Amino acid sequence: FASTVTLNIPEFELHRLDKSQMPKQATTNKDELMSYFKRMSVMRRTEIVADNLYKSKMIRGFCHLYDGQEAIAEGMEAALTYEDAIITAYRDHCQAICRGDTPYRVLAEMVQKRTGSSAGKGGSMHYYNSKNNFYGGNGIVGAQLPVGTGLAFALKYQGKPNVAVSMYGDGAANQGQLYEAANMAALWKLPMIYVCENNLYGMGTSNERASHNTKFYTRGDLIPGFKIDGQNILVVREAMRWAKEYCVKGNGPLFIEFITYRYHGHSMSDPGITYRTREEINEVRAKRDPIEIVRKLLLENSWAQESELKDIEKKIRADIDADVEKLKLDPEPNAEDLYSHVGIGKHYIRGVEYKLSQLDY
Amino acid sequence: KEMTCRDAINSAMCEEIERDPKVFLMGEEVGQYNGAYKVSKGMYDKYGPSRIWDTPISETGFTGIGVGAGLMGLRPIIEFMTWNFSLQSIDHIVNSCAKAHYMSAGDLKCPIVFRGINGVSAGVAAQHSQCFGSWYSSVPGLKVVVPWNVEDIRGLLKASIRDEDPVVFLENEMMYGVSFDTPDYVFDKDFVLPLNKAKVERQGTDVTITAFAKMVGFSLQAADILQKEHGINAEVINLRVLRPLDRNTIIQSVKKTNRIVSVEEGWPQCGIGAEIAASLMETDAFDYLDAPMERITGADIPMPYSQSIERLAVPQVENIVNGVLKACYRKK
Repeated sequence: FASTVTLNIPEFELHRLDKSQMPKQATTNKDELMSYFKRMSVMRRTEIVADNLYKSKMIRGFCHLYDGQEAIAEGMEAALTYEDAIITAYRDHCQAICRGDTPYRVLAEMVQKRTGSSAGKGGSMHYYNSKNNFYGGNGIVGAQLPVGTGLAFALKYQGKPNVAVSMYGDGAANQGQLYEAANMAALWKLPMIYVCENNLYGMGTSNERASHNTKFYTRGDLIPGFKIDGQNILVVREAMRWAKEYCVKGNGPLFIEFITYRYHGHSMSDPGITYRTREEINEVRAKRDPIEIVRKLLLENSWAQESELKDIEKKIRADIDADVEKLKLDPEPNAEDLYSHVGIGKHYIRGVEYKLSQLDY
Repeated sequence: KEMTCRDAINSAMCEEIERDPKVFLMGEEVGQYNGAYKVSKGMYDKYGPSRIWDTPISETGFTGIGVGAGLMGLRPIIEFMTWNFSLQSIDHIVNSCAKAHYMSAGDLKCPIVFRGINGVSAGVAAQHSQCFGSWYSSVPGLKVVVPWNVEDIRGLLKASIRDEDPVVFLENEMMYGVSFDTPDYVFDKDFVLPLNKAKVERQGTDVTITAFAKMVGFSLQAADILQKEHGINAEVINLRVLRPLDRNTIIQSVKKTNRIVSVEEGWPQCGIGAEIAASLMETDAFDYLDAPMERITGADIPMPYSQSIERLAVPQVENIVNGVLKACYRKK
């Protein structure tokens, strides 16, 4: 069997970029594809388990699932290193995993445990890992865009050959702060990539009803951008590789629009079928599923047997199920956790009653 | 008649939209999606896109647009999916809107209602769970309304929509599904409540409890426990409006009971309790106090996610009982 395979990348839709500049092909091999398959399957399984845990009321509050969009998170990581910074919104479980967290810690956080990624204080929308340059985990739509631009500012300030990436949805594209930040990123030529994960709906509102210009990659005005398929990890990877190189050279910011799809509703309270059809969802599952695309490549090139891939999925399922059984027994945060981390160091914190205050804090 | 708080908001908005062609509703998902929390359910179908406006996720933009429309004489109802998102657009509420009448020496006015979920919701953590009562009530030019039950909501929301000043109307998600058995007069299309009066929900002689929004119910529960278990007869004041604050009702009550406990979900520093304490210090009410005022507040921390500690971060009925016992020298 061939040890590598080279695929043609579909044509980019470009804004202020030239076709000749853009990558045309992606080459991959068995090991790469197997690792993508595994990692995306871990993400998928984590989200499905989260869905179940939510329905069994072990997870509370908001919970936004990423299944269907895995190729973007994984494809970005394939092109970046942990020296590059990532910040995203509240649909952040899989980014946390990509940035070095474990399904155990991610799920423990949602299940309100002290062993969770944020010790049970953050919940589903608030994962962070500064060691690996992951800055969350932002609950307010669009807030990650200026903050991510600040990450790019810090990279440039320190002379680092890296980029910062702010991920946002098509809904957040209409927050004014994006354009304020992007203007400064362009003025100051910051190594900044604005990655729009266009899953076609901002909550229950379709692109056309929310955006006068639905070509999100063009909305940086004079800032270049492109649009490309976000379901094929190899396409995402090559696009991000190109983008990183472009930004690190000092060309300033870039807008990327990945076309993707979320299988679940906006959050657990949204059934996700009042504003779109089941047929539409099923069609994406059948034809554009990020994991199925990789599975197909592995099988077509005889790099894996169907049964081998099924076994991998079974193992992942068993591992995460075992995680869940274990983390259910973990302790919940306690009164001491309640008052820690308000600021650096200790200071007076008033409690619900005066007598509950932390006087020596 | 039984009604949920959600339906009370919906019915009050519907009646005002039917009454006055200048009234319209604008916000994220308020129309075709029927509201993120289904508060505006059915309104888009009933009144159409000229009265019910779906916006993109652009708080600064649509808040400013609402203010402009209000300045030109319309009566916008601007919904924030939660008041937390109003932080995106607080500039328009404070600088473009609240101060307009004053800066123009009375030339401009902006009859607008900003409304949505405020306070503590369940398990949504720090960025989606906090009380803005003290934030907005510190701003001259605004009225700040904090309803508790169906009567409050219907009377205060309709009054807010009809009012000539900008009104910040703070709802509570945890109350949306709660039903109240409500007297018939509340369902009159012209039932309105004054936007400067608190309501004594329970008459008492031994101690005054001030509360607003969801905490009114908790305070009434605490009052029952205090009566049964400690023989303390508490007076419970539902503040209803934080600005202008009905200081007179509070002061009159304190002159009768000589003791006071304030209850709020918001943070203690510069909170509503702090303001009430200052009001008592600044008036002759001070001379009537037999004990220091007690405050029961949200803990002075960002809201944590896990239920185990979220519970410790916000007032529970037992905390109110404890506060009263302390104010009555029954407990250290």
